[in-house]
Amino acid sequence: MKVEAYVLIFVGAFFAVVCGIYWFLSYETSGTLMLLGTCFLGFVPGGYYYWWSRRMKPRPEDDPQAKREDGEGVVGAFPGSSVWPFVLGVSAASVGLSLVFGFWTAIVGFVVAASAVMGVIRESRRGGLI
Amino acid sequence: MISRLKDRVAPAVTRRRLLAGVGALALAGVLSGCNVTFGATKGVTTQAHEEFRLWYGMAIAGIAVAVFVWLLIFWSIFRYRRRDDHIPKQTQEHVPLEITYTVIPILMVIVIFVFTVIVENFVDSNPTPSGAVVNVTAYQWGWIFQYAHANGVTVRTAEKAGPTLLPRSYFAKRYPTLTLPVGETSRIYLRSADVVHGFYVHSFNFDRYAQPGVTNVFSFTPTTTGWFPAQCTQYCGLYHSEMLFNVHIVTDAQYTTWLKNAELHPQSLTGATSQPTRPGPQ
Amino acid sequence: MTIAVERTLPIPAEEHGPTGLLKWITSTDHKVIGKSYTITAFVFFCLAGLMAMLMRTQLASPDNNIVSLHLYNELFTMHGSLMLYLFAGPFAFGGLANYIVPLQIGAPDMAFPRLNALSYWLYAFGGLIMISGFLTTGGAADFGWVSYAPLSSATNTPGAGPDMWIVALVLTGFSAIFTGVNICATVFYLRAPGLTMFRLPIFTWNMLVTGILILIAFPVLTAALVMLWCDRHIGSHIFSVAGGGVPVLWQNLFWFFGHPEVYILALPYFGMVTDILAVFSRKPVFGYRGMVFATMSIAALSTSVWAHHMFTTGTVLLPFFSLMSYLIAVPTGIKFFNWIGTLWRGSIVFETPMLFAVGFLIVFLFGGVTGIILASPPLDFATHDTYFVVAHFHEVLFGSAVFGGFAGLYYWYPKMTGRMLRNDLGKASFWFMFVGFWLTFVPQYWLGLAGMPRRIAEYSPLSGWTLLNRISTSGAYLLFIAVFLMLVNFLLSFLKPVPAGDNPWDAHTLEWATSSPPPHHNFYWIPPVRSERPLWDHNHPEHTTIHSHMPANSVRAATSTVHSGPGVHPDHGSRSDFRGEDGDE
Ligand code: HEM
Ligand SMILES: [Cu+2]
Ligand SMILES: [Cu+2]
Repeated sequence: MKVEAYVLIFVGAFFAVVCGIYWFLSYETSGTLMLLGTCFLGFVPGGYYYWWSRRMKPRPEDDPQAKREDGEGVVGAFPGSSVWPFVLGVSAASVGLSLVFGFWTAIVGFVVAASAVMGVIRESRRGGLI
Repeated sequence: MISRLKDRVAPAVTRRRLLAGVGALALAGVLSGCNVTFGATKGVTTQAHEEFRLWYGMAIAGIAVAVFVWLLIFWSIFRYRRRDDHIPKQTQEHVPLEITYTVIPILMVIVIFVFTVIVENFVDSNPTPSGAVVNVTAYQWGWIFQYAHANGVTVRTAEKAGPTLLPRSYFAKRYPTLTLPVGETSRIYLRSADVVHGFYVHSFNFDRYAQPGVTNVFSFTPTTTGWFPAQCTQYCGLYHSEMLFNVHIVTDAQYTTWLKNAELHPQSLTGATSQPTRPGPQ
Repeated sequence: MTIAVERTLPIPAEEHGPTGLLKWITSTDHKVIGKSYTITAFVFFCLAGLMAMLMRTQLASPDNNIVSLHLYNELFTMHGSLMLYLFAGPFAFGGLANYIVPLQIGAPDMAFPRLNALSYWLYAFGGLIMISGFLTTGGAADFGWVSYAPLSSATNTPGAGPDMWIVALVLTGFSAIFTGVNICATVFYLRAPGLTMFRLPIFTWNMLVTGILILIAFPVLTAALVMLWCDRHIGSHIFSVAGGGVPVLWQNLFWFFGHPEVYILALPYFGMVTDILAVFSRKPVFGYRGMVFATMSIAALSTSVWAHHMFTTGTVLLPFFSLMSYLIAVPTGIKFFNWIGTLWRGSIVFETPMLFAVGFLIVFLFGGVTGIILASPPLDFATHDTYFVVAHFHEVLFGSAVFGGFAGLYYWYPKMTGRMLRNDLGKASFWFMFVGFWLTFVPQYWLGLAGMPRRIAEYSPLSGWTLLNRISTSGAYLLFIAVFLMLVNFLLSFLKPVPAGDNPWDAHTLEWATSSPPPHHNFYWIPPVRSERPLWDHNHPEHTTIHSHMPANSVRAATSTVHSGPGVHPDHGSRSDFRGEDGDE
């Protein structure tokens, strides 16, 4: 987990430096703000990972000498097929189109989105396939 | 180490390298001697000349680097084609070599950066104008050149019956001309009335955006008289490709006469010329 | 040379979920989604290519009248938008990476399968919305792929087409962000035992960095688009002078997205090419760590150079952006020399993927060199917005997305379909493409240096640009033939399949350790991971680079089991902090 954290912290550190240099050279706000945001984007998850990495048990994928048996067990639960991402996509598209053609498609979109969200939740409770 | 290297590198190789170096120098000399520009124009202002010199250096350096790397690529793909089923040595790294090809590019970058900054400062410096001072306004789709110190002499794109009727042929429209004296530094104040346009004079090697809310100031010192085509380069809507103008560089005397005449007969200036757009230097 | 890996388990008859059309709509399997993405992106590539043919035909003669001025403007806008937003990016991170990254790290799927499916649908609908702009009365968006304010305001470009462009980009932007999150999470959490970060295949590394870059860049674009929409519809005047706004702000926001975006489009292809060069030279990647650090530095630097697209605005800090842009040349140079180091003393064989990969090297190099020239403000003043720029960015974009991308497609097609593509047809397609490419784009350098502006629909016969334009157009037709041959190749592989086998290229990485195409949840068996080339170590134990006492092909143990479907409760015993997407019910 350490390397993952370092990658993100590197992002944060790099942009901290660039952001400082840029601000004092240009006094231009939009770019400085975006660089600052990028700096946080590195530090926040990077710091979190680092914090985690010191607390968790070492993982087999971080151990160069790990044996395959070390990875045994369940990796995770992966949902089977589900129609709801598609439905959610349709609803997002119709909400989006309301920005072009007026608000009535948004109503349709939000109704469909609500049903999709409920669908996903029920599906996860039930645990899987449609 | 060095002696070992010397042992390994046969004298013939050293000589060949020397020859190659001399050859490259000679080639550079010949190129500059016979007006090789790698496609660019040397330009007709002092600023353009400087840019051209930078271009020339960077083009040679760039081509040299490209050719060098290409040769390495071609060499390795031809030399090391699979001939039998053997498995080559599994070389993974060579740290000194890797450091070398990190450091050399950094040095090259520093060198070109220094030259870049020198030229950039020259091009962007705004010496006190000794020639014309012109307020240029770009709009959809034309140009207004207003001479600041000359009683509002204004040259502009001839408007026909509105953009929708513009025919798609060049000569039905008359393009305005920006007249500047040779040998003097003229200053331009560039603005836009609507969207972003690009004030681009090819022979000046120069492009600058005309932007709403921003006034860009820059100077030219022309060195050659003649007609030069120019055009809007920043896409600005439907008739972007019709947004042309000419630059006419004249002698000092001609410029004074032109200005006097223009002050007396302002009407004559609208679309003052139907000069074809590409006649080049005279 | 073909080495098939034995499988320890026979493939059971996979009956998983629905079949047919419903499968494509409901699947959350990264392989199905990856294929949908690849196909959709390829369709958009062909559409954008057809638009390019129309434009090139229009430009073949001065004062040509094949398309109207308005249509030409729509064409280049949609060509650029389709190529960049809907082809080059999604083809890499939605298509090939989606399919390959989980396989390369020995994972059963992406970390968030349903989010992955949602990404695809957002992308597909976004793309549909973007091209249906052509069906509206005012036509599609026509303000260029960069949509500079204030040209993109409601008064200058009214109509539904531009709005649809904005909405489409918001949707595809979210799709990209979700994919970025998914890739990062997958690489962080789902690697096989022993597959440490510094053993990841370079392609996976590059995809990880691309994922982070997506997270940096795309939110800015989405925010800028929302502002643009507000300006257009609720009069917010963020980008208009009249209301006290600042038009240049758009350019700052856009390019803060836009330059990382071009590396989002390039890094994945760098990764593909790296892996391909190593496999077809039978050598490990030369300078692995250098490669990784170069990728990271390119990504980092690329986010601090945005204003090199704005040199001619007269409002930016020239030396800063120029130096940062130059510096990108250093890691790129490292990559080039590492690529050559990989070829050096190798045993190189020119299968089609390798041919395209080497084509990428040759083409991209020149694009990079002209990029350095453009990073110099004075030279940018001389060439900005001319065809020099058009030639430059096609050389890098076409070089990476098409040469690199087709290398990847030819390389992984056997894995994705279980069928080989025809080698001779592939090579013919390559040569048409290679020759056509130089014919199309090198004359454009000269055109730019001769002063021809970009995005013009017509030029004067007196301009002297006709001949070079004709050459360029004829090259474009060769490119058309090349893509056509490629389509024929796909078709043939369906009509008369040639089975591929698990590992047709004697490759190095885990995706080739499973069957082609892989079973549901990917692996029955994974070789032990002791270097960044587990499969090679397993197949060529006497030629590894492992410096430990452990024999490469140690005992084959059963690999981790993966459960799917209903009612699975993850067990946290062995994977301490991983929880499945809906693990905690
Ligand atoms: C199939 C071969 C291709 C041809 C013949 C071609 C041709 C063209 C042409 C004629 C233009 C308009 C130039 C202008 O008027 O300024 C253009 C613009 C553009 N092309 Fe391509 N192109 C090809 C492939 C690609 C690829 C593969 C990409 C990216 C992955 C790409 C990205 C772009 C972009 C970003 C623009 C700029 C659009 C704009 O100005 O807003 N093109 N291309
Ligand atoms: Cu214009
Ligand atoms: Cu850029």
